[in-house]
Amino acid sequence: MSNASINVALVGNPNAGKTSIFNLLTGMNQKVGNFPGVTMDKVSGTFRAKDTIANVIDLPGTYSIYPRSMDERVVFDVLSDQQAHDFPDKIVVIADASNLERNLLLFSEIQDLGLPTVLVLSMLDVANRSGLNIDLRALEEEFNTTVLTINGRTGEGISELKSTLLEDISGTSELFYNINELSPEIIPVIKEKFGLDNDYVAYQYAQQTYSKTFLTNDEKHFIADKKVEYNFCDRQFQTTETVERYKIIREKLTRIVTKTDIETTATRNHKIDKILTHKIYGYLIFFVVLFALFQSIFAWAEPFMDYIDFGFAKLSSWAKTYLPSGVFTDLIAEGIIPGLGGVVIFIPQIALLFCFIAILEESGYMARVVFLMDKIMRKFGLNGKSVVPLISGVACAIPAIMAARNIESWKDRIITIFVTPFMSCSARLPVYAILIALVIPNDYLFGILSVQGLALMSLYLIGFLGAIFSALLMKKILKVKEQSYFIMELPIYRWPKWKNVWITIFSKSKTFVFEAGKIILAISIILWVLASYGPGENFDKAEQFISNEYPQLSQASPEFDDLVSAHKLEHSYAGILGKSIEPAIKPLGYDWKIGIALITSFAAREVFVGTIATIYSVGSDAEDESTIKDKLRAEINPYTGQPMYSIALGVSLMLFYAFAMQCMSTLAVVYRETKSWKWPILQLVYMSAVAYIFALIAYQLLK
Amino acid sequence: MRSVAQLNPGEKGIVNNFTNEYISLKLLEMGVLPGTEVQMRFVAPLGCPICIRVSGYDLSLRLEEAATITLS
Repeated sequence: MSNASINVALVGNPNAGKTSIFNLLTGMNQKVGNFPGVTMDKVSGTFRAKDTIANVIDLPGTYSIYPRSMDERVVFDVLSDQQAHDFPDKIVVIADASNLERNLLLFSEIQDLGLPTVLVLSMLDVANRSGLNIDLRALEEEFNTTVLTINGRTGEGISELKSTLLEDISGTSELFYNINELSPEIIPVIKEKFGLDNDYVAYQYAQQTYSKTFLTNDEKHFIADKKVEYNFCDRQFQTTETVERYKIIREKLTRIVTKTDIETTATRNHKIDKILTHKIYGYLIFFVVLFALFQSIFAWAEPFMDYIDFGFAKLSSWAKTYLPSGVFTDLIAEGIIPGLGGVVIFIPQIALLFCFIAILEESGYMARVVFLMDKIMRKFGLNGKSVVPLISGVACAIPAIMAARNIESWKDRIITIFVTPFMSCSARLPVYAILIALVIPNDYLFGILSVQGLALMSLYLIGFLGAIFSALLMKKILKVKEQSYFIMELPIYRWPKWKNVWITIFSKSKTFVFEAGKIILAISIILWVLASYGPGENFDKAEQFISNEYPQLSQASPEFDDLVSAHKLEHSYAGILGKSIEPAIKPLGYDWKIGIALITSFAAREVFVGTIATIYSVGSDAEDESTIKDKLRAEINPYTGQPMYSIALGVSLMLFYAFAMQCMSTLAVVYRETKSWKWPILQLVYMSAVAYIFALIAYQLLK
Repeated sequence: MRSVAQLNPGEKGIVNNFTNEYISLKLLEMGVLPGTEVQMRFVAPLGCPICIRVSGYDLSLRLEEAATITLS
């Protein structure tokens, strides 16, 4: 039996309930890929009905076909690139019934592209409660389309949508708004050149020439020349088009929608807004939410992270015991398994973070946070919308940087991406924990405030200050002639749909594991090779060196093994690298041993703890923190005769870790998001410089 | 001429025109058209942004942007 397959694209305004309908259609059969040419996540999924497989693409939410942000750019690309293998056969436009007028603008533009289009109304219950009565038959007739209604909460109407998509739906050849009134000359020229048969698609080629990814430069020049020749005025035409479309929509709606009641939903919303955006309660509630978020990321995730840590350590020792010994087993047990563990360990935190963010976004509260914070953030060259990436950065910079996509202004977005890694991510926490335990006294201020706890809080604060002051600096430096604006819908408050929250958690965690995981794993393997191999006799005959040096030690004793591995590491390629950077880091109070840890930290910062454990030959139970601490405490600085891990070194190291860009995965994501090596390289240089200077000052002042 | 930025909370006005073409394109898409009624709802605690009601929903924008919308 051969299966037929169709491609379906979902389009709609933000907050129109598009994601709910996508989740209802496809369930867990979803995957995140990339749109060709742009680094946008393409969320797609499948459903099967009768003997047809439908591939559904969930396009980013947009208010019109004219793009403003990176998200929106892909919408017209997907809907007009007829050569693409997943070019949609059918389009579903999802419109919020309680706000038909604005939602129908996008629908009218999509319909004019000439593809078979279905209009789905969501939130009809909200509309009815606000006293709006919609005549669905009249809507179908006036807008010349099939209209379906779906309840995003109960899933009512989803099977009708599925069966409608399998039927033959014809696109209308009649334009909703005749674009030829604006520029009759250029449309036939573009249609002929690109073999297009739709006037509106041709017109949009002229409007969106430079944001289209599938046109070659020659083709873009061709269109640009024709635009000059025929006096094509982008903005003026766009204005006229939008105004005219609204005129037609408003006129038609008078025959479709009747208003009977006062706006009850609006008054309820207004009451909640009064509290949530209040000058005192508003900020108070925001801080309570933030506090709960921090609590969950750190306290609730911890037991899970401990289990994962323990599990991977067990797996590692298992592999060593049961696999035949050799290089390959070592690679698995010491390189690959800990590398995988380093990725998996962040899943609890990332899942919780996305759970919180999904709830805040679904409920409509996130838009209010953006609203509350915009003025403060703007002072530092950021944008209200930068709040989400900055908060997310506390868990991990990778998803945080991806969350900056919906910032329309290029400058605000670049600044947000640039400063987000300053926020203390969870990978820094293990480093902070061990250094604080080592150099900060376990005392209490006024009997209740733990000094160690205060130190940890200060480090988070320092990271945040680093972020906003760097943003301020960039605001002064970046000279961009770009008008930034902040025009954002405040959606109505709704209870989150738990299915959407679960699917978000699942798919974001999956993306993190596979996208970041690849890089972290690769670097772990490289570092393992660097740390496990070395040139010359010192490395190859480590056992001999140790038994010469410590003749009293039995070769079978664990101490002997520990000393051998420490000696090997010192003379491995990683050790040689550590020694070669020693002159540079000496002013900060570091020796070559810390140098190795700094280098290995590039895979992931928390590797610091493991590396330090290996260097000081703590041995196989490196997971036991107290052993590492004791060893570090006993370490003597050969120049001063004082303990190596003094308060000066501790503070210097903590500051270094707070500021330095030591995360390959973040650099890779910044490259992906900005499509240029300029930003990740600048970030690396700038953050390392800040880290170096602060660590230097701290060490020189405190020593 | 008065602009949306000068409305007091609760006060209504009819949009006349725009003084900035670039911003007007976005506003038009959002349903802020000449002849449309807008109502000032509330102002953020620090005085900016503001929230207006237009064509049946709440829209937030900064004072600078609101100042580009003139009222008739």
